[in-house]
Amino acid sequence: MSRFRKKRGKASPAIQTASLPDIIFMLLFFFMVVTVLRDAELIVEVRTPEATELSSLERKSLVNYIYIGRPFERHQHLYGTSPRIQMGDAIRGLEHIPLFIGEHRLRVPENQIPAITTSLRVDKTVTMGIVSDVKTELRKAEQYKVNYSARPRID
Amino acid sequence: MARKSARERMTNEINAGAMADIAFLLLIFFLVTTTIVEDRGILVRLPPWSDDPPEIEQLNERNVFSILVNAQDQLLVRGEPANIDDLRERAKEFILNPERRSDLSESPDKAIISLKNDRGTSYEMYLEVYNEIMGAYNELRDEAARASFGSSYEDLDINQRSEIRTQIPMILSEAEPTDFGEEG
Repeated sequence: MSRFRKKRGKASPAIQTASLPDIIFMLLFFFMVVTVLRDAELIVEVRTPEATELSSLERKSLVNYIYIGRPFERHQHLYGTSPRIQMGDAIRGLEHIPLFIGEHRLRVPENQIPAITTSLRVDKTVTMGIVSDVKTELRKAEQYKVNYSARPRID
Repeated sequence: MARKSARERMTNEINAGAMADIAFLLLIFFLVTTTIVEDRGILVRLPPWSDDPPEIEQLNERNVFSILVNAQDQLLVRGEPANIDDLRERAKEFILNPERRSDLSESPDKAIISLKNDRGTSYEMYLEVYNEIMGAYNELRDEAARASFGSSYEDLDINQRSEIRTQIPMILSEAEPTDFGEEG
């Protein structure tokens, strides 16, 4: 009889959950640090090409994005299937580029304006015609710092 | 006295059991609304725009490494068909010209890479060519850094870097694309 009682006495108590919030908070902070808020919903499909000579972009506030690609299927009734340019969260024409760059310049302190980078996120199947046109517009808008967005190549 | 005093009630601990739930909620919110930072790419500096046609500069042909890409993504390097896999090595040889050949560049700071593509060239091919050229220059600068400072180009300070950059400047000229094979 005494044997049974002994066993019951040894049974472990409920698991300590007091440190659970701490662990979860740690995870939370990790995700908050390594992620950025999605700034625009993509209308065009962008699969960036692969490259090896990559540099990373710092200072999110000094980067603006121009997406070039074919519209997703659910947007094709509006925008067709040939490559289009997306700025912010809308499909825009080439003529909108100076305005888009100008808007970003207004939001940035004056001494940091030369550091503004335009990140071109271009789908790899797009042909150079539309990309060249965008580059020409950027040069006309005096936006010379450009990043060709690419993924690291894994051999 | 059955009732606890006010002071006794105040010292009760706050129930922290729901804290994990709140943190979980926040965590899931961030998981859903965010994307992992993956913005890396090839950083370039575009030349300023001018409305006038560029001055035609007479260049010594040996100093120009011309790369043409057509709408079928085929390469023509210095007038001959070439393979993308050889491009980096050929560019390095051209820039440095270790054997002092008379058909390659006089010196690294005189070497000019000229890149011209078609409007129908795929962006993937264009970037691959660009990547190879960047790679050639990065490797050359790294070798030069090791030779003169004994460490990789990445580890040099600003002055040393600019010294290497004046030794091996990257001069890349991009011509207006031709228009033969753009998709409709």
